[in-house]
Amino acid sequence: MILSRKTAKDLETAQIGAEIEGRSLWADARIRFFRNRAAVGGMVILILVGLFAAFGQYIAPWSNEEVDWAVLGNVDTMGRPSIASGHYFGTDELGRDLFARTIQGTQISLMVGLIGALIAVFVGTIYGATAGYYGGRVDNVMMRIVDVLLAIPYMFVLILLLVVFGRSVLMLFVGIGLISWLDMARIARGQTLSIKNKEFVEAAHAIGVRPGTIIRRHIVPNLLGVVIVYATLLVPSMIIYESFISFLGLGVQEPATSWGALISEGAKQMQYGTLWMLLFPLFFFVITLFAFFFVGDGLRDALDPKDR
Amino acid sequence: MLSYITRRLAIAIPTLLILVVFSYLIMYAAPGGPFDMERTLPPEVMANLNAKYGLDQPLIVQMWNYVYNVVVHFDFGPSFMYKDQTVNDIIAQGFPVTLTYGFWSFVVAVVVGMSLGITAAIYHNSWLDYLAVGISIGAQVLPNFVMAPILVLVFTLWLGWLPGGGWQGGQWEYIIMPVIALSTSFMASIARLTRSSMLEVLNANYIRTARAKGLPMRRVIFRHALKPALLPVVSYLGPAFVAMITGSVVVDMYFSTGGIGVFFVNSALNRDYSVIMGITILTGALTILFNLAVDIIYAWIDPKIRY
Repeated sequence: MILSRKTAKDLETAQIGAEIEGRSLWADARIRFFRNRAAVGGMVILILVGLFAAFGQYIAPWSNEEVDWAVLGNVDTMGRPSIASGHYFGTDELGRDLFARTIQGTQISLMVGLIGALIAVFVGTIYGATAGYYGGRVDNVMMRIVDVLLAIPYMFVLILLLVVFGRSVLMLFVGIGLISWLDMARIARGQTLSIKNKEFVEAAHAIGVRPGTIIRRHIVPNLLGVVIVYATLLVPSMIIYESFISFLGLGVQEPATSWGALISEGAKQMQYGTLWMLLFPLFFFVITLFAFFFVGDGLRDALDPKDR
Repeated sequence: MLSYITRRLAIAIPTLLILVVFSYLIMYAAPGGPFDMERTLPPEVMANLNAKYGLDQPLIVQMWNYVYNVVVHFDFGPSFMYKDQTVNDIIAQGFPVTLTYGFWSFVVAVVVGMSLGITAAIYHNSWLDYLAVGISIGAQVLPNFVMAPILVLVFTLWLGWLPGGGWQGGQWEYIIMPVIALSTSFMASIARLTRSSMLEVLNANYIRTARAKGLPMRRVIFRHALKPALLPVVSYLGPAFVAMITGSVVVDMYFSTGGIGVFFVNSALNRDYSVIMGITILTGALTILFNLAVDIIYAWIDPKIRY
């Protein structure tokens, strides 16, 4: 390999200077991640959307529940987005401020996505690592269960659950949590199978570390790279599930809202020319999904360099 | 091969039974019966109604009857909401519609997705590649419930080319928008999958060998590269089918196509349990059958699979 002149010079000075600072695998990954422009852009968007969800309500002149009586009745002319009236994103068909509603929806959608992914990370990783580590019959039974659950059209079952036990955000979390860990368990198991024959696991086993501790201390930390990548890609799909259910009117209930519910409301009002009701929530939905996909891809390239 | 199919069936049948029992138990655990209305009925009427629908018997008997009727007679029982219709009537009414646009969406997603992916891989790093990748990334963040309003906005409200909803016995102008809405995000996934696996295959040694011995590129691609490259795509078809069935709910709601999804959501909102269960079980059975078929096809085309 031929070094460019600059690199060669850098190397010289580096060796003359103090000790070369060692770089951990994580530091390497970080450098690779920040070199990926799409991923960094995605992260910036995510941070902005997060700030919007966290602090937006403090700059909104209207609250999300307040009805602007001056607007009600002729929303299509009075409820337009304008700085003057304080409705930056316009109002919805009931005269509520869409800016505040979008903040509220963003909070709930992001929360559903993050909690779904968190459940998947915890349950899926431990489940998959356990199945993979013990192997044999335990593995067989545990993974058969996952196969059976994966073959069920979960969306219908989730809707069934929501109908029977009442439509609430909590039930939505439970339902989404129930299905989100399945793929994660499969991925974690596959990785565990390749890790468990490494020397350090054998060494731990030889000095008498109990299986539970081996899984927790030696296997799971080594799964983290893959798990993080997959979790990042899981968040947008959780958001899509939730929005799907809310779009049908079966998810988050009034006065709470989410992107799916807002898009659904906007889509219903479309023929009256009040397009902002559709486009603002849609914009946030689309850019956030984009950002998550880019960050996920960037993390995959950063943490798994052999895949490039 | 036969033993593989048998083994797969041995998993598929219990899965289906679990689904049936599970949904029956959820339905049974539901607070409030189907006949709890705003005006309370006299107890005698209630008892008669319960007796007519067999709801006065113990759980295990009810469940057995239900499973027996579903499996042997393919009878999902009466609807609690629409007094003059059985669940079978509702399915017979809605299912052909769902099947029609579902089939076309599947075809469009697979054909367009694969063509995009293959083109992108062959012309790797050219503008065609970037275009295909751009389309598939864009389509990925446009799930059916986002596509549907956008399509209506553009083609109905702005351009006025297509009707915004309805079915009319399945005339083509009523099918186009449901098909596009349903197939977009799967087309994207299929294109991405095809592209990456095709790239991998095209860099393999045996492709170089085929080229070196003087075969024309077209022949190499269609005879040598395509089959191994499509394996991951085939295994994606199972999940794609599930998602497409699920997505049909949105299409039915938004385009008023009168498919099975409308009945599903309406009965979900009205707590018409027998319809929800019937549809859940039917789609579950279809999913499991389809996955089975995909697995068998996969085992058949992939010589590396041991069964």
